[in-house]
Amino acid sequence: MILDALFLQLGYNATLVTIGAMLLGMAAGVGGTFLFLRKRALVSDAISHATLPGVGLAFMVMVALGGEGRNLIGLLAGAAVSAGVGLLIVNWLSTRTRLAEDAAIGAVLSVFFGFGIVLLTVIQSMNAGRQAGLEGFLLGSTAGMLRSDALIIAVSAAFTLVLVMLLRRPLTLASFDPEYAAASGQNVVRTDLAMMGLVLAVTVVGLKIVGLILIVALLIIPPVTARFWTERTDHVVLISGAVGGTAAYVGASISAALPDMPTGPIIVLVGFALFLISLLLAPKRGVLAAYLGHRRFQRRVHLRQGLLALAQGQPIYERLTLRLLRRAGWARRDGVATAEGRGRAGRALLDETRWQLIRRDPSFEAAAAHYDGLTPIERVLTPDQIAEIDARIPAPKEVTT
Amino acid sequence: MTLQLATKDGSDAGTEVGRDAPLQIKGMTVSYGQKPAVFSVDMTVPAGAMTAIIGPNGAGKSTLLKAALGILKPLAGQTLVFGRTLAESRDRIAYVPQRASVDWDFPTRVIDVVLMGLYPKLGLLGRVRASHRAAATACLSRVGMEDFATRQIGQLSGGQQQRVFLARALAQDADLYLLDEPFAGVDAATEKAIIAVLKALRDAGKTVVAVHHDLSTVPEYFDRVFLINTRKVAEGPVEEAFTIENLQAAYGGRLATAQVDQLNGTLG
Amino acid sequence: MSGAEFVPLSLTPMLIGVCVAIACALPGNFLVLRKQALIGDAISHVVLPGIVVAFLVTGAVTTWPMLLGAAGAAIISVAAIEAVRRLGRIEPGAAMGVIFTTMFAGGVLLLEQSDTSSVHLDVEHALFGNLESLIWLDATGWSSLVDPVALAGLPVELVRMAATLVGVALFVALFWRPLKISTFDEGFARTIGMRTRPLGLALVIVSAIAAVAAFDAVGSIIVIAMFICPPAAARLMTNRLEHQVAWSVVFATLAAVTGYVLAGYGPLWIGYVSSVSAAGMIATVSGVILAVAALTGPHRLRGGAAKEI
Repeated sequence: MILDALFLQLGYNATLVTIGAMLLGMAAGVGGTFLFLRKRALVSDAISHATLPGVGLAFMVMVALGGEGRNLIGLLAGAAVSAGVGLLIVNWLSTRTRLAEDAAIGAVLSVFFGFGIVLLTVIQSMNAGRQAGLEGFLLGSTAGMLRSDALIIAVSAAFTLVLVMLLRRPLTLASFDPEYAAASGQNVVRTDLAMMGLVLAVTVVGLKIVGLILIVALLIIPPVTARFWTERTDHVVLISGAVGGTAAYVGASISAALPDMPTGPIIVLVGFALFLISLLLAPKRGVLAAYLGHRRFQRRVHLRQGLLALAQGQPIYERLTLRLLRRAGWARRDGVATAEGRGRAGRALLDETRWQLIRRDPSFEAAAAHYDGLTPIERVLTPDQIAEIDARIPAPKEVTT
Repeated sequence: MTLQLATKDGSDAGTEVGRDAPLQIKGMTVSYGQKPAVFSVDMTVPAGAMTAIIGPNGAGKSTLLKAALGILKPLAGQTLVFGRTLAESRDRIAYVPQRASVDWDFPTRVIDVVLMGLYPKLGLLGRVRASHRAAATACLSRVGMEDFATRQIGQLSGGQQQRVFLARALAQDADLYLLDEPFAGVDAATEKAIIAVLKALRDAGKTVVAVHHDLSTVPEYFDRVFLINTRKVAEGPVEEAFTIENLQAAYGGRLATAQVDQLNGTLG
Repeated sequence: MSGAEFVPLSLTPMLIGVCVAIACALPGNFLVLRKQALIGDAISHVVLPGIVVAFLVTGAVTTWPMLLGAAGAAIISVAAIEAVRRLGRIEPGAAMGVIFTTMFAGGVLLLEQSDTSSVHLDVEHALFGNLESLIWLDATGWSSLVDPVALAGLPVELVRMAATLVGVALFVALFWRPLKISTFDEGFARTIGMRTRPLGLALVIVSAIAAVAAFDAVGSIIVIAMFICPPAAARLMTNRLEHQVAWSVVFATLAAVTGYVLAGYGPLWIGYVSSVSAAGMIATVSGVILAVAALTGPHRLRGGAAKEI
């Protein structure tokens, strides 16, 4: 059943929704990257919650005009307008008053949502409102979707994706280095506006599939996941798009194939699974790699400090240092160096002395910048240079103990 | 013959100063990520002196201070204050952080900030009495800020903010004062006022340690220097340790020739 | 309106609303100043998965397991956000976004998967609350306030929420100085021996308790409005923390009372038959208060720009 869904064998509507979800996921992943890089990820939460009163008002207006009220394009247009107003208020509060952006986001998010709930209770009491099904916008609902609605979603998702791809370059530049972008003649305010416009488009298109509470996950989880795998902005953008697309595609397929599997939550959970794998296992920034790296680094620091202390006949203060020295066979339990330890200590001290010499010599400035207390000097200087340094060491090069 | 690290300074890892030195740092290593900002630094500050911690940008000056105070977690190393652990001697330390490290938009007044220095005495619920207010006001007048007691802190200039921080440290009535770049971004009048207060503290037998930037004022302001560039470069009385050779060692080629000439003048 | 109608039907919901608003606004002051306002957002979103799990474990819609489930979820979410932030070196906003959406999604999925159709446990209830239903059936009028028999029949939600308010207020009063000092200058707080990490965690846990106790009455999302709007509006009124907290209590009370009245009676005034969501209206009013403060508050601008006259 899941395989059928993954290969789009579940009928026209489900296929449209799945493809639409995938395109939307890709657009959200790419668009969310810029938001994430500008450290404004949760602005999307304000935008998405702010859609609710728009949906309610659009419904009431369409009913008042004698329409059916459930027209998807009308509802989404209403959502876009009120989300836009919410976004403007967030920006206004955080730039024109002393409130910080997080307070502005929280205020807009909760007040708009609360007002939306008020409107929903009004609609429920209207004759036309009893089966309005507007609650579907909270958590998304793709089950029993009209063919025309599925088509609208697929087409607008595709349109959003095209828009994202077109704006990719200026947005990358602006989110990576706003000042440089401004200096090179780019209108950063307009680019920012374009970024928010994209986020708004993704939110509105995603309302029906994922729902307004969970749509932020599509904008946040893919870029966070992608960030683990690369240090390059343009790669984050592409990987994030791929993660978003995959999560949405797989999630929508599972949801279509199995009963009681709501689309939005499944998409979010698939995305989270990808995130978790990246968090733990990514080669450089992953938790496992970082933990092992830190342990290795701490060991090296303690060993080096211990050897230098041994070489200079100083006591070893730290228990961890002593334990590591003992384990390496370089020191005895009472902190006295073994024969091998004495040799190592001498070499460490010689290395450190050479470093100190080149660090006070302006002609070695470039090499001296590599000093971190750990790198052997042989890595940055040629044997000839080292010989030149050694000539300046006043004492004989053996270490007496 | 023992191979010595090529540093010339007036101390040898601090054993001669005695165990009860106001501040002793041993084997301190702090790293951000995998690049040590401070590597295996020992420091001993004798009582009743003013010590400047100097070194180029990014040399680990503030990092050393923060790690010594337990604000940052070091990779290795320990701090002794008057021969005791940090936790045992909290009430003898007063710390003046960098001005930029706090939110000056915080809704509070100058006098309230100074009263924070009395917190260890007041405890959780102790009432702020008139005597406490008088003490806080007295600290404010020592830095020339008594007229600003009821101002909101965000309305002060940079120099005034720094003076308020110093007044808070005075209110703590400590024996060891640690200041992180107290002269950064302040006006000349504030700099004079601060240094006068610090010298008065020293003359009253207190110990002062400050992260300092401006090499030209070191001999005028301080008794001792501690030169650092990731590692300790030198430590000792100004006349012994504040030498062109040590400065070259700490600053490398970054010490511009013009500055050297100027310092030659300062150093005589 | 007579006491015979007002006391049983409106007094208790209104009091519960006031308790919720103040209990959330008190810690909210510190969350806003610490730029952690969105912790409230995260906590309130994970209340839903908490109560769903509690329901699946106990098989019944009873109060205490649900409160414990919600509190547990709140604490797990805070721990998970902190873990993701530190381990993954991700900025706090994004870390929150990852965790609370995932937990919320998990809650909705569990709800759909389990057979909860027979019991009153639906998403809408958890999201919007049901303030209007918390009526005092044993009351007959104002005299019931001194009648022990009637008082014994007070809605348990009122008692619970009042107890929460007392607890939150005690926490803020007891730890006032540490909260103030560590919020303003964490480095200094540590050098005088304050344990700023546990204190920060305690603040979050107290906020979580307030959010959990309140979700029943006003729903989990509207709680966010109570955390943020009154303190944010109060910040624009004054430059002293003591006064800010006082203002926030005033604003919280005003929002709760006005919101409840507008929701219950407002539609009638404009010729409408049925009332609208009280919780939603309380959030809306708190937003209006914030808007007024942002447009006219004497200290609405940053830095020294505010004129002291």
